[in-house]
Amino acid sequence: MNLSGFGGFVARRVVGAIVTLFAISVIIYVVFYVAPGNVAQITCGPRCSPAQVHQVAEQLRLDDPLYLRYWHFLEGIFVGQDYSTGTSVQHCSAPCLGLSYQTDQQVTELILAKLPVTGSLALGAMVLWLLIGVGTGVLSAWRRGRPTERVLTGLTLAGTATPVFVIGLILMIVVCGQLELLPFPQYVPFADDPEQWAWNLLLPWLSLALIESAKYARLTRASMLETLAEDHVRTFRAYGVGERSIIGRHALRGAVAPLIALNATDFGSMFGGAVLTETLFGLPGLGHELVEAVKVVDLPVVVGMVLVTGFFVVIANAVADVLYAVADRRVVLV
Amino acid sequence: MSEVLLASQPAGTGTTPVPAGSGARQFWRRLRAQRAALVAAAVVALLVLVALAAPLFTAIEGQDPTTYHPSLIDSARGGVPIGSFGGISGDHWLGVEPQTGRDLFARLVYGARVSLGVALAATLVQVLIGVVVGIASALGGQWVDQLLSRLTDVIIALPLMIMSLALLAIVPSSFPRPVLVALVIGLIAWGGIAKIVRAQTLTLKQLDYVAAARLSGWGSWRIARRELLPGLAAPVITYAALLVPSNITVEAALSFLGVGVKPPTPSWGQMITAADVWYQAAPQYLLLPAGALFVTVLALTVLGDGVRTALDPRAASRLRVGTGRRREAKTTKAQPGGDS
Repeated sequence: MNLSGFGGFVARRVVGAIVTLFAISVIIYVVFYVAPGNVAQITCGPRCSPAQVHQVAEQLRLDDPLYLRYWHFLEGIFVGQDYSTGTSVQHCSAPCLGLSYQTDQQVTELILAKLPVTGSLALGAMVLWLLIGVGTGVLSAWRRGRPTERVLTGLTLAGTATPVFVIGLILMIVVCGQLELLPFPQYVPFADDPEQWAWNLLLPWLSLALIESAKYARLTRASMLETLAEDHVRTFRAYGVGERSIIGRHALRGAVAPLIALNATDFGSMFGGAVLTETLFGLPGLGHELVEAVKVVDLPVVVGMVLVTGFFVVIANAVADVLYAVADRRVVLV
Repeated sequence: MSEVLLASQPAGTGTTPVPAGSGARQFWRRLRAQRAALVAAAVVALLVLVALAAPLFTAIEGQDPTTYHPSLIDSARGGVPIGSFGGISGDHWLGVEPQTGRDLFARLVYGARVSLGVALAATLVQVLIGVVVGIASALGGQWVDQLLSRLTDVIIALPLMIMSLALLAIVPSSFPRPVLVALVIGLIAWGGIAKIVRAQTLTLKQLDYVAAARLSGWGSWRIARRELLPGLAAPVITYAALLVPSNITVEAALSFLGVGVKPPTPSWGQMITAADVWYQAAPQYLLLPAGALFVTVLALTVLGDGVRTALDPRAASRLRVGTGRRREAKTTKAQPGGDS
């Protein structure tokens, strides 16, 4: 792998990500502002008079052709926009995703305000799922063919078959309701009280991690077993290298690249809002906000959220591919 | 990258044109050889039976899923079912729902109907779109391929849970909800199958018998239908088999969030949400739908793994000793999941 080849690969990947992001923004804009019929009526609510609906349509520039409206939307994202909210004019600086129909709050601000919650959730869960998942995978590769492996494989399978809201609910009922070991989770910002922050997030972290770790356990085990079947490992064995060293140093190394790639993707999509976990535990993050916005059909918030989530996923996928190429030099860069 | 890797996979039974009868028989033999898959298949068969014959089961019990039974509810105590274990009796085999008194058994079996029906319909939509886009992408010209491949990438990048949540919110509620949920899932999550079909079609295109058909002047459509579809069956079935449990989870999750299947139509996800606050008075109200969901997804997943092994034993045996880590990484990535 020469450097210029790698640089080119990264550049192509970045361009690809930007193109994808634009395509996503177009699709999302068209789907949400065109397909569902009368946007003004939805926005205004069922009890609006025709005159009020007309006023909303004017405010939303619904009489403009679609490409022009999309152009305004893009303009808002890149240079900002001014909105007249009845009496006053509000400036929404770039990146502006519009104003909430419900509260007139800027969507960008709203998202930024929710980001720390989702970030806390994703970060802690990631640490746990890596520990549990990779640990399980290593253990079952080490104990391959023995009862331990069978038990772990069964548990992993159970993990993949359990929805996160079921395990979360059961954990919450048992730990908070019956055993009363923890209070029912309530988000405390890290800056306010790090200890309370962690205690309150423990169950959400655990629920997410238990479900996610199943994937990591499978992946770790599969890549380690593959490495263990390779010739060079046989050579190590012949030279008398111990099993512990073979497992810990050589086999695990083979699992690092795919693990990094999978983790980048997962972390990215979780950053856009762990809808179910946040809703279940009442954590005021991006996913929770989306559910609330969806209930009242607050389109700018919904579109903004979906766009931001798509943004995180695309970035994460690009980062995953690049990290994979860095971690595994055998990858052919295309 | 993933396309190259996928294309390099053995095509299973698809590459060598075998007589249809022997291919199917071989598939059944290989599937039967796996005990776990067999048990899972039995469970799935039972679930399908329950779903299909839901009206029959509830008729035997003498109940239906939507009738309120206020007389079975203790409104003085906030609406908990009267009687022990959440109101279990000869009339109500699994007790009744708190507050409404609707029969739990009936709601559970009708829930199976919704769950399996929505998941299968969604899978059908995914397969249809995925196969058409994949084949068109592989057989069309460079521009068609570029366009469709980009579109597929974009579709894969859309977060399924968030996108379907948002889409379901803006469609008028007059639309039949289960159909809508199936359509939304199907329309968002076809990217993985399109990628696989495209890669497989590119491989098949190189094969002699397809080249021969092309040389003898067959049109793209005829080649796709007569020569390619049989070869695509194995990978498509494998992928689709694993999409079904994933779709079941997504439907349950959407209904759990209150945007999926709406009352009075029963759905397991919806029951789990409603049961949240009643776990002390009627624990089975929560445990039954959660258990049903778990067993269904587990059985379908194990069956899906079994189908994969039966259709592509080489890939499966490679997997057992540990195979293509890249392939594994990519497949995990490509599979949609509603598990956040």
